[in-house]
Amino acid sequence: MSLWRKIVKTGRVAEPAPEREPTEIPDKAAELGGSLQIRHVDAGSCNGCEVEIAAAFGPVHDAERYGARLVASPRHADALLVTGPVTRNMKTALRRTYEAVPEPRMVVALGDCARDCGIFKGAYGVVGAVSDVVPVDVEVPGCPPPPEAIVAALRGLTGR
Amino acid sequence: MSGTLLAAALAVCLAAALAALALPSRPAVAGTGTALAGGLGAAAGVAALAGHGWQAWLPGLLPLTGVRLALDPLGGAFLAVTGAVAACAAVYGIGYTRHGSGGRVPQATTPLFVGAMLTVPAAASVGTFLLAWELMAITSLVLVLADHARRDRVREAGLWYAVMTHLGFVAILAGLVGFAAAAGGETFDQLRAAEPEPGVRSAVFIATLLGFASKAGIVPLHVWLPRAHPEAPSHVSALMSAAMVNMGVYGVVRVGFDLLHGGPRWWWLVVLGLGALSALYGILQAAVASDLKRLLGYSTTENMGLVLIGVGAAGFFAASGLPGPAALAIAAALLHVVNHAAFKTLLFLAAGSVLHATGTRDLDALGGLRARMPYTTALFAVGALAASALPPGNAFVSEWLLLQSLVHSLPASGVAGAVAMPLAVAVIALSAGLAMATFVKAFGVGFLAKARTPDAERATEGPPTMLAGMGAAALACLLLTVLPTLTVPALTAAVAVAVPGAGPVAEGDLTLRLAGISGTISPLLILLALIAVVAALLAGLRLTWRRRRAARLWDCGGGPMTPRMEYTATSFAEPLQRVFDNVLAPESDVDVTPLAESAYLVERVRFQAAVPDRIERRLYEPVLAAVAAVGRAATRLADGSVHRYLGYGFCALTGILIVLAVMW
Repeated sequence: MSLWRKIVKTGRVAEPAPEREPTEIPDKAAELGGSLQIRHVDAGSCNGCEVEIAAAFGPVHDAERYGARLVASPRHADALLVTGPVTRNMKTALRRTYEAVPEPRMVVALGDCARDCGIFKGAYGVVGAVSDVVPVDVEVPGCPPPPEAIVAALRGLTGR
Repeated sequence: MSGTLLAAALAVCLAAALAALALPSRPAVAGTGTALAGGLGAAAGVAALAGHGWQAWLPGLLPLTGVRLALDPLGGAFLAVTGAVAACAAVYGIGYTRHGSGGRVPQATTPLFVGAMLTVPAAASVGTFLLAWELMAITSLVLVLADHARRDRVREAGLWYAVMTHLGFVAILAGLVGFAAAAGGETFDQLRAAEPEPGVRSAVFIATLLGFASKAGIVPLHVWLPRAHPEAPSHVSALMSAAMVNMGVYGVVRVGFDLLHGGPRWWWLVVLGLGALSALYGILQAAVASDLKRLLGYSTTENMGLVLIGVGAAGFFAASGLPGPAALAIAAALLHVVNHAAFKTLLFLAAGSVLHATGTRDLDALGGLRARMPYTTALFAVGALAASALPPGNAFVSEWLLLQSLVHSLPASGVAGAVAMPLAVAVIALSAGLAMATFVKAFGVGFLAKARTPDAERATEGPPTMLAGMGAAALACLLLTVLPTLTVPALTAAVAVAVPGAGPVAEGDLTLRLAGISGTISPLLILLALIAVVAALLAGLRLTWRRRRAARLWDCGGGPMTPRMEYTATSFAEPLQRVFDNVLAPESDVDVTPLAESAYLVERVRFQAAVPDRIERRLYEPVLAAVAAVGRAATRLADGSVHRYLGYGFCALTGILIVLAVMW
């Protein structure tokens, strides 16, 4: 009952959906018809990006209303959302996860570390950026990228 | 005609036994002879079913009474089943015993055992019946003990079997001899004509029911079955489980229906209750068993329970003046005997192949046999499908018939029937569901996935004779599935022996139509429809498949999966075990050994879980303990003094003389 009261009292917290930036949708994403299942892989992140992903899929930014959804296995996924520089320990795991995603598959490199290793560049445990290990389709800059940027990048794939 | 065939079968049995003793290539000789005898016996049974009766009296063979044999359709049905099972098992045994249990005595005993089993349904007097029964018990005991030198548990199993089967024999002996005394003659014709008092009739029925139930593995007299079946060589297990236990059913039907001409309704409610209890308890124990042959043994208890439900319902309906439903119920029971014999032969032989190839019966140590033993896997799958009573299997037909007979006679059977029949229907439904879980477990854990042990990894297919024996049994399963329109009318004559005056139970060419009940079934069409659906699905998948890409098995990035991560038989049964916790009373034991330096550091944890047979624990162990206590107390009587023993003899003699002097 108290839960019900809370639901009624709080009401809708999601921000009104901003206009979608008119970008070209990649062919592979267009094939999915606006529904994108995402598997998140932490390849060596400092967890800053993870906090922002949680915010993007939280009630305020609510990325799910644009057709993007986080799933629990690469076998269920259309796209990988990779954060952090690829560490030595995660190199094989990332490659295998990529292999496990059914075609057509996409990779979103999230954050500066994923794009070019960021502040970890040259560290002894780092193999390289995500694009050194698997082909990357979309990059989201920022350290960490704000939820709005994450949502906008995902909307660029779902087209909604 | 049937008599000639039976005589030939028995002669071949004797010749094969003698040849197996004398000749060097024992397995081939004994196996071929037994298979031939089985084929002849099956032919004799079919001839008797078709109406070629036969009678013989051999006064010279047995002192006082002579051996009296007769073949009627009821005996013929059981003879045919026994013969067919013996033929499959004997062919299989040629390859199975080539290495291992191929000793002189077991080889020579196998044809004798088959001969005894062929004689039991043909016996036509109390003396002959008891002789054949005892011969069957002793030869099977010798066969159970075939591997006694290799495993200790064989001896224990043999002891249980010997005691249980002989207690049963004593009960049958008391019942039949009492019956013969009351009837004033010992041939079955004299017993049929006799009209003993109701009290004597009830005593005879209950005594023989106890004996026959112990042979059929009916709860609570089933304890020998899950012990003896796993320890016997597998072709012997098949013979015992698919042919010998049927003799218990034969005895109940012969004595209850044919010789005593039915009886009061409470007899049959007892039979029905025992059947229902066995069906449920048997399949529950099978569902939690992880020893493949023990699982099959408990499944036998379940199926014999289902048969007894049919027999009990038939007697109940007959006593209520409903010959139509009675005929249907007994036809369903007999058909289930036939079907159970077919699939249980196949399953035990396939289990024997697994044991032969891997040396283990433990499902938790098997797995991965699909790639190494493709034929055995396919054959076991056929048997498992039949045993789980699903539509393309043969047991589905007989369980369907049984349910029809129980459901449709409800309104006419009075208050007791209105209570008992819905309960019986519920028991059959529940046992069918549990049977499915049991055989999914046996097949899925035992044959699919990855091999759990190096032994299972190195398994190889058995010799062609073993495959031939299994193949024949699988063919029988398939034929019984698609042709109940032939088998059910063929059993009509046997049904008429049990329920006189009953017309044909069912008819039809492609579709089986039940007489007097609006029930039809067409297993052939069901099978064709299933095949069509599967073919359509496969074709549809093939059409819609686009690009295919071979990918590595997804293991969450954690490295390749090991067999230790697989679902085991124990874990598969765990939810069921939890649901039926109150009935099964499983035991688990955790033993934690700490390090010597500190009680908080654990050196070793040992976990043990088992599901003991609760009836055995509660019913037999106190009795055994009491017998042992009496035995220990009695040792004080025998202190080794010769004078004391002479005194005992003197006292006993004078006591008897005094009793005789006072009484007469």
